[in-house]
Amino acid sequence: MANIISRTPVREQEPAKRAANFEEVCYGFNVEEAQREASRCLHCRNPRCVGACPVGIQIPNFIAAIGEGDYAMAAQIIAEDSLLPSICGRVCPQESQCEGSCILGVKHEPVAIGKLERFVGDWQLENGSKEVPEIEKNGKKVAVVGSGPAGLACAADLAKLGYEVTVFEALHRLGGVLSYGIPEFRLPKERIVEREIEKVARLGVKFEKNIIVGRTVTIDSLMDEEGFDAVFVGSGAGLPKFMGIEGENLNGVFSANEFLTRINLMGAFAPEENDTPVRRGQKVAVVGGGNVAMDAVRSAKRLGADAYIVYRRSEAELPARVEEVHHAKEEGIQFAMLTNPVAVVGDEKGWVKALRCVRMELGEPDASGRRSPVEVPGSEFEIECDTVIMALGTSPNPLIASTTEGLERNRRGCLVATEEGATTRKGVFAGGDAVTGAATVILAMGAGRKAAKAIHDYLK
Amino acid sequence: MYKIERKVKLAENIYLMDIYAPRVAKSAHPGQFIILRSTKEGERIPLTISDYDIERGTVQIVVQTLGVSTLKLAALEEGEAVEDFAGPLGRPSEFIYENLDELKGKRLLFVAGGVGTAPVYPQVKWLHERGIEADVIIGAKTKDLLILTDEMRSVGNLYIATDDGSEGYHGMVTGLLKKLVQEDGKQYDTVITIGPMIMMKFVALATKELGIPTIASLNSLMVDGTGMCGACRVSVGGQTKFTCVDGPEFDAHQVDFDEAMRRSGQYRDEEQRRMEKYKDHRCRIGLDK
Repeated sequence: MANIISRTPVREQEPAKRAANFEEVCYGFNVEEAQREASRCLHCRNPRCVGACPVGIQIPNFIAAIGEGDYAMAAQIIAEDSLLPSICGRVCPQESQCEGSCILGVKHEPVAIGKLERFVGDWQLENGSKEVPEIEKNGKKVAVVGSGPAGLACAADLAKLGYEVTVFEALHRLGGVLSYGIPEFRLPKERIVEREIEKVARLGVKFEKNIIVGRTVTIDSLMDEEGFDAVFVGSGAGLPKFMGIEGENLNGVFSANEFLTRINLMGAFAPEENDTPVRRGQKVAVVGGGNVAMDAVRSAKRLGADAYIVYRRSEAELPARVEEVHHAKEEGIQFAMLTNPVAVVGDEKGWVKALRCVRMELGEPDASGRRSPVEVPGSEFEIECDTVIMALGTSPNPLIASTTEGLERNRRGCLVATEEGATTRKGVFAGGDAVTGAATVILAMGAGRKAAKAIHDYLK
Repeated sequence: MYKIERKVKLAENIYLMDIYAPRVAKSAHPGQFIILRSTKEGERIPLTISDYDIERGTVQIVVQTLGVSTLKLAALEEGEAVEDFAGPLGRPSEFIYENLDELKGKRLLFVAGGVGTAPVYPQVKWLHERGIEADVIIGAKTKDLLILTDEMRSVGNLYIATDDGSEGYHGMVTGLLKKLVQEDGKQYDTVITIGPMIMMKFVALATKELGIPTIASLNSLMVDGTGMCGACRVSVGGQTKFTCVDGPEFDAHQVDFDEAMRRSGQYRDEEQRRMEKYKDHRCRIGLDK
């Protein structure tokens, strides 16, 4: 293996500069960089990366097409398994999926598969055919609830099979978590998300915004009154969790969902253009260690705060993507590890003034295989702050299940569904975070596609 | 886009709008609310539904101009449209699920303050249509700020209270409430109150003293209105609830109104800054003319 060249570095916005704006951090590969990086792939006979991809993208094949300069072909190869390469290339946890299993990574650095996927996706958005494909309609109607990754994937596949598909979105903007959750600096909205959705719309999928299924309409009214033959529920996991500690309802304590929704969906980072306010703290503590926590803490920094991550385990257990943690550190985010909040402390006017915490140490591994944190006795201390953001995970919204007879939920509030997506209610399918609880974009997309297949089997 | 079919000025800074949103009109029940955005740049504004007409496909809202967002909404004219209109949201009033015969035996009193009169109307109307006549107190600072009195008279027994005595009882709604019960011998099984937080707090204190179960409809801050953000969380009986999905109506004797009022003011500084800027901007536009 004499031809091993080092992993191609990707160009990024300077940390000091980007910590004060919401523009995209990573610039991605240009043609030369993509070519160079593509040349690193060994084209293993039994590619482990494909097996490690939740949707089984033929990774060596699309990389080979990049190497030949045939980007349209590369896009086509990805499209067989994935609908959203520009998005997944940006937000997938590649280090624990494709890149984590790349054979090059054993002794050297893995091929930058995510960045190559992004390159192909962006090339396609820029140069791909905008032609409207001729699809023969089969006369059957399917309703899709939610326009996030699961719903988009399901809708696109069904439209390609000739179904008349309508996607119902509760908010005023399409994209689900891609729009309200993930910030602009990680996933540009107009340039990427909206254009990926346009691709789905070009297949003939109809979108209706401001429709809350369970309130404006119900699954029953869609099937009985509006003539939908099947329904796919991809309503995500949008309900924020709180810790249940003292002082959590003080002014200045927010869920990460609220903070990020104000910034991303409502555009509060640009107060000259948008009317929705957001709290601009001086010193912000974000509780949690996942991607949402990183998004919240980096957003708070960009709004001018001294921003902290407060996490009860150690750095090795942070569930966030490695790249996000790395970027956060570069931007000057401080990490208070092995630290667990026990109360939020308020001033006389009811505003946050500190987060009371205890120190933790790692004990025995728990059910998740991670070493569980144990409180160090007598270690209580306070972190001074004027804003606390809780990023502790989310659970599915009960609205649809509670308004649909026969649609069962499990103890965690997730919809009960088979591997293929069939729920306990005939004609109703589900996938993505609504079934699994909060997970990743690619898993949701994969579930949407599986359900599309199951819906086709059910209706044909 | 959702067309404004009718706009009426009810009082200074208070406007009524019928907005074309047939899906919402069809599903709406008393006690629920909607969220709208006037423009693409606008905030999501939660407003309690004040009437709905399934045949015409319209939903009625009443808005009082308090900040930039409500001023922008009120500046829209009949025939124009709002950018987004979503609902109905929240749980309908409890009583619509009650056994009608039992409900008919109940003596209900609604206590409405200011613009809170609007969402009381569909509740009283719903009861009236089922042969139940409820008592209603409408309170306002002064006579000119009373709204929907004729409409309310046509569906319920109306009592009026004004702070300055310019119409009806001279004093606060709580004073009139106590008078009705303690002096006029009125008896009520339930009080339902909608209005400013501070008013609801004192109504709840009064009815607790009088031993009357009371329901309050909260107007907390919200973003999405579907349970996603938790901006609207409120302590009810020591437990955290989301106004948008668990409410907006709660047992008023269990609500921590002081916390609710404090939380409602979280963006007050920011809102004032925007208001100054907006006024300044409007003055400049005026100068160009």
